[in-house]
Amino acid sequence: MKKSVLFILSLFLAASFLSCDNSENSKRGDRGALASSAAEKVYVAPGEHDEFYAFISGGFSGQLSVYGLPSGRLLKVIPVFSQDAEKAWGYNEETKPMLNTSHGFVPWDDAHHPDISQTNGKLDGRWVFINGNNTPRIAKIDLTTFETTEIIEVPNSAGNHSSSFVTENTEYVVAGTRFSVPVPQRDMPIKDYKGNFKGSLTFISVDPEEGQMDIKFQLMMPGFDYDLAHPGRGKSHGWFFFSTYNTEEANTLMEVNASQNDKDFIAAVNWKKIEEYVNNGGGKKMPANYAHNVYDEDTHTATSTMKKEVLVVDPLEVPGAVFLLPTPKSPHGCDVDPTGEYIVGNGKLSADLTVHSYTKMVEAIENESFDGEAYGIPILKFEDVLAGTVKQAGLGPLHTEFDGEGNAYTSFFISSEVVKWNVETREVIDRKPCYYSVGHVMIPGGNSAEPFGKYVLAMNKITKDRYLPTGPEVTQSAQLYDITGEKMELLLDFPTIGEPHYAAGIPADIIKPNSRKIFKLDENKHEHATLNNGDARVERDGNEVHVYMTMIRSHFTPDNIEGIKVGDKVYFHVTNHEQDYDVPHGISMIGANTSELLIMPGQTETFVWEPKQPGVWPFYCTDFCSALHQEMQGYVRVSPANSNIDLSWSLGED
Amino acid sequence: MMKKAGIIMIIGSLLLLGLFKFPLWNIMLGAPQYPDPMGMNIHITGIEGVHEFDIQNIDGLNHYIGMKKIPKPEEMWEFEVFPLVIGGMAIIGVLIGLLGLFNKVSYKWFLGWLILMSVLGVMGMYDFNNWLTEYGTDLDPNAIMKMTHPDGTPMTYKPPLLGHQKMLNFDVDSFPHTGAYMLFVGMLLTFIAFFVGKKEWKTNN
Repeated sequence: MKKSVLFILSLFLAASFLSCDNSENSKRGDRGALASSAAEKVYVAPGEHDEFYAFISGGFSGQLSVYGLPSGRLLKVIPVFSQDAEKAWGYNEETKPMLNTSHGFVPWDDAHHPDISQTNGKLDGRWVFINGNNTPRIAKIDLTTFETTEIIEVPNSAGNHSSSFVTENTEYVVAGTRFSVPVPQRDMPIKDYKGNFKGSLTFISVDPEEGQMDIKFQLMMPGFDYDLAHPGRGKSHGWFFFSTYNTEEANTLMEVNASQNDKDFIAAVNWKKIEEYVNNGGGKKMPANYAHNVYDEDTHTATSTMKKEVLVVDPLEVPGAVFLLPTPKSPHGCDVDPTGEYIVGNGKLSADLTVHSYTKMVEAIENESFDGEAYGIPILKFEDVLAGTVKQAGLGPLHTEFDGEGNAYTSFFISSEVVKWNVETREVIDRKPCYYSVGHVMIPGGNSAEPFGKYVLAMNKITKDRYLPTGPEVTQSAQLYDITGEKMELLLDFPTIGEPHYAAGIPADIIKPNSRKIFKLDENKHEHATLNNGDARVERDGNEVHVYMTMIRSHFTPDNIEGIKVGDKVYFHVTNHEQDYDVPHGISMIGANTSELLIMPGQTETFVWEPKQPGVWPFYCTDFCSALHQEMQGYVRVSPANSNIDLSWSLGED
Repeated sequence: MMKKAGIIMIIGSLLLLGLFKFPLWNIMLGAPQYPDPMGMNIHITGIEGVHEFDIQNIDGLNHYIGMKKIPKPEEMWEFEVFPLVIGGMAIIGVLIGLLGLFNKVSYKWFLGWLILMSVLGVMGMYDFNNWLTEYGTDLDPNAIMKMTHPDGTPMTYKPPLLGHQKMLNFDVDSFPHTGAYMLFVGMLLTFIAFFVGKKEWKTNN
């Protein structure tokens, strides 16, 4: 009996092995037939999902766009440092505080470098950070709601460009200043820049549970331009590397005057050492004024707090924490390979790439093999830290990403191409043109210990003739290359929102299961939420009127309001009572000097309307919600300022 | 002694208690707009959504065609009586099993219990079907959408008692759930207990 069972079992097993073999064979066969079909590789059938999310910076649009890869389909545009009329971001009363700064309300910024949070050097998909370059800020986007939930302004900074890169466990998100400035800011002659201006490198701690950001310390460096940065990882975890230019400290005609030194520096910062120094009471508190804006998911409301102090650290006070690595020709990108051993300086005015060795750097520091100092910071000898050079790889190298298989991919702006090279041998393997003038390249997980080396995305500054012309302003673009083979293969071009600086990619499976569908109504803690229809009402307080309104398919409660007067300031606090996925409602009022609201199920939002003429004015649902969407409307009667009509409101009464 | 039969009878009767934990019936509603179907689990103590907000969302859609809201437990006498009947039958079944174990009652009692249970079950299904009919046909005359069949008769929306039915844009699937399967297995066991008992009874006497 037992024997026969075993026999049958083994028959089954053999059969399943056979069928596995068959299917693999047939797959391989298919691949052979379609090997050259780029279309097949980027085709994601209707209803199917992309394999990766790509968060692509919107550059001067101030936004962060979400694309699917490999299809290049646009999934969402997340307003970060911009007002977005579609989502009422920066228009409704709840989110206006998110754009507050020490300079007041700044509804725009130049969004550059998204980076996804990490745990143990791997992408964890909890948040994506991005920097505002112009009025220095760092934003955090929650990847359960795909909404900006925190923005912290960075004081003593200007041109917040070597940002926002996270350390191996998201201990810090780092923000370096591109422009050095007087610290503290003061009225002084510009020509006295040299020796007087400072460059701040800001380490913003991230709460490991809630993600709350807080400036831990600012390192006050010499007045160079700090261009880009990346964290050490693995063996070099605890260090951070910043590329610099304008070590000449010029203050005018920079294109010439900041390009005179044959070598600038990569600044290596041992942040663990400085953290320890700070934790032991080191550093100096200096007065500052910067905004910290937090959006609360429960109250659906943002608050802005002005902070008045920041801890600054003089690098000379922490011996052994900061060193300068000479790097040729105004390096732009400063990229660290997945092992943490190699630090690549992309000397943007040269044809070569400089690859430094972390191991050699540590040895050089131990041997104190210095080549002078800059404002007291030791300069290591170039030859002692250099692992090697990638010779004549192209013109104008900007950025390098890694595939985790020992290869690097560098963008060359001037020669407009992506070049693949071997990290160990530093030999060029392949090159492919970009259309045109590529800036950053991105491999999903590229800034982590574990890249997902299937695609490289090149982000181009100009497109000229690549798409249908649209007047003088034409789109920027991204290009997707398959990098699974020895040679790269161009698969797809797609237009982007604004200028795509950097991007961050991640396997969809890490994020998808956590994406929220609705907000629960009974968890809504909004100050002006209306959780029961019975509580829908209109209240007057002087000339301020508060409308507490609810919405559900397919009506507003109330939908008839009388007793509003010219000169009133009417606040519509509107709560969406739906608890069904993908059923937002919108609302706007004729003549409202703001955007519509787009309210998610369970959420409350507020807009202000100041009626200027007597009459009966309609409002309606702005998002096609249901078969009776067109009926989802109402009226507000506005009477002259001196009328004595009482407030009244109703639904379904004649 | 009807040792085996008594134990089988007790186990079979106890399986009824599964209805206090698991749904008796399940009705799922899927549509193009609802790739994740909504659903109701019908327990002997009330109707619950398969997902947290399903009842609210089904009611929300049903109001367009004038259907009443899905009843709360206190709105239907069935949700008070059904638990008593099921609980009572389980207790009686266990008692019969115990008495049978010690030969105090004959194996025929096992069959008697099963027949009673079957009658009650059929009555329950009849009542359930009546409710479905009422729920699907007693429509608000002021309904937003009054749909008619091609022949002009008003459309009604009784969900199927068993199986699949297309209703407007919805695919409706109605099938027994875990509680019902436990009930069926339980009843089958009492039937087996009857035969086993018959054999044991004859051997003993």
